[in-house]
Amino acid sequence: MINMYEVSETNKMIESENLDVRTITLGISLLDCIDSDLKELNRKIYEKITVTARDLVRTGQDIEKEFGIPIVNKRISVTPIALVGAAACRRPEDFVEIAKTLDQAAETVGVNFIGGYSALVSKAMTKSDENLIRSIPQALAVTERICSSVNVGSTKTGINMDAVRLCGEIVKETAEATKERDSLGCAKLVVFCNAPDDNPFMAGAFLGVTEADAVINVGVSGPGVVKKALEKVRGKGFEELCETIKKTAFKVTRVGQLVAGEASERLGVPFGIVDLSLAPTPDVGDSVAEILEEIGLERVGAPGTTAALALLNDQVKKGGVMASSYVGGLSGAFIPVSEDQGMIDAVQAGSLSLEKLEAMTCVCSVGLDMIAIPGKTSASTIAGIIADEMAIGMINQKTTAVRLIPVIGKDVGDTAQFGGLLGYAPIIPVNEFGCETFINRKGRIPAPIHSFKN
Amino acid sequence: MKKCIVTVLGKDTVGIVAKVCTYLAENGINILDISQTIIQGYFNMMVIADITGLEKDFTLVCDEMAKLGEEIGVRIHCQREEIFEKMHRL
Repeated sequence: MINMYEVSETNKMIESENLDVRTITLGISLLDCIDSDLKELNRKIYEKITVTARDLVRTGQDIEKEFGIPIVNKRISVTPIALVGAAACRRPEDFVEIAKTLDQAAETVGVNFIGGYSALVSKAMTKSDENLIRSIPQALAVTERICSSVNVGSTKTGINMDAVRLCGEIVKETAEATKERDSLGCAKLVVFCNAPDDNPFMAGAFLGVTEADAVINVGVSGPGVVKKALEKVRGKGFEELCETIKKTAFKVTRVGQLVAGEASERLGVPFGIVDLSLAPTPDVGDSVAEILEEIGLERVGAPGTTAALALLNDQVKKGGVMASSYVGGLSGAFIPVSEDQGMIDAVQAGSLSLEKLEAMTCVCSVGLDMIAIPGKTSASTIAGIIADEMAIGMINQKTTAVRLIPVIGKDVGDTAQFGGLLGYAPIIPVNEFGCETFINRKGRIPAPIHSFKN
Repeated sequence: MKKCIVTVLGKDTVGIVAKVCTYLAENGINILDISQTIIQGYFNMMVIADITGLEKDFTLVCDEMAKLGEEIGVRIHCQREEIFEKMHRL
């Protein structure tokens, strides 16, 4: 039987070390809503979401209470809208109408974000894909809860450089369209390489076409718990360090698995995956950067950072995989700048640069995430940064992503405020040499060779 | 059998065990195991109980126990056992 020590360990993790389930994300397929009439399509989308997700928030709250574990977000992901709207939308403005419908449906069921305003264009774009991408700035400006993503490359197809160039422009336009709120729209727009179909985390969540009609995916968290556990092995060797991370990741993930199972049963929706992630928040003691510093770095960004992050990421996966029946999504350590107090401090102290962040993304779960850059940065430079990050994903057969915020009207030395879980970020300098000629080439970068690995 | 774990933490005072146990009894919750210690004047108790026969909604019990805790001046958590079981047992 469970003893007092175990009970108090779990409750201490929840109360003082910020252990929580970061998100229960209900994936809803909208493929059966497809209609060539835009009004009818919107009606079907609204109805399907509000019926399928009717009990999502209340069920989440019940589970929170019964198990005494906070579930921070209840969210929805849907089929990429470029597919759903292809038959009905002739112009970018038509897609904006779908965005408004999604926003309303999200408000009705009480979720704070709905993901899937997306296009998958890793090889080439259809007219519908292009229209959706072109509608993103306006869609994000006129809605509150929509999250958008574009998959522009994969290991199998190479990188669609036409889409990369377009995304550079779209990021800039989105920043302009939401400049009154420190270009907040860009915080809800992710550009991916090798995007997973079952990611529960925003802003990149969408429900891939290989998925069921509805599915529950859960994202766990717990950087604070790992940090506290590592305080007990200061000065010890790598073996003990790694074992401690694995054991802690196991415990954290078991909670996610439990919550996922309960939510699936109560909602009558199949369980998809648990995403094993260390997802930080701006709260003190809920930071991935603090873990890296606990491992032995004076500040994140110092030499050794990439190695420490590689170690952390791998042990989290090793510990988490056994704790869950199905693992998926992004699974690894997230390193968003604005959402992690330790990362913000490191940028402010001059320890962490965009280039070091890029190196870190080679060994961890996502990519250049929630990084505020000067508003004057050109669309081609943003496309260049996206292309670099996509290349890392393509060559290393991993998911990479870019969520940059060119904060209009602000420059290095200023700070952008996004509020809530999105946090705040000091503007980070960007290399000012151009890459326009490279970006303006048409076509795609071919898929890489899968032999001669070096 | 469906089990819950009640934890009580706070400054020691007369009647904590009595009040918690009375509440459990009145709601048809059978106590399976109790452990209790006082550490530096702080009362620390854990109850493992059977909630199979519970007629109320369990979330209501969680709320009422928390409220009872406020009245006594201690913190009471009432949680389903699985969260501990999953985390600490293979």
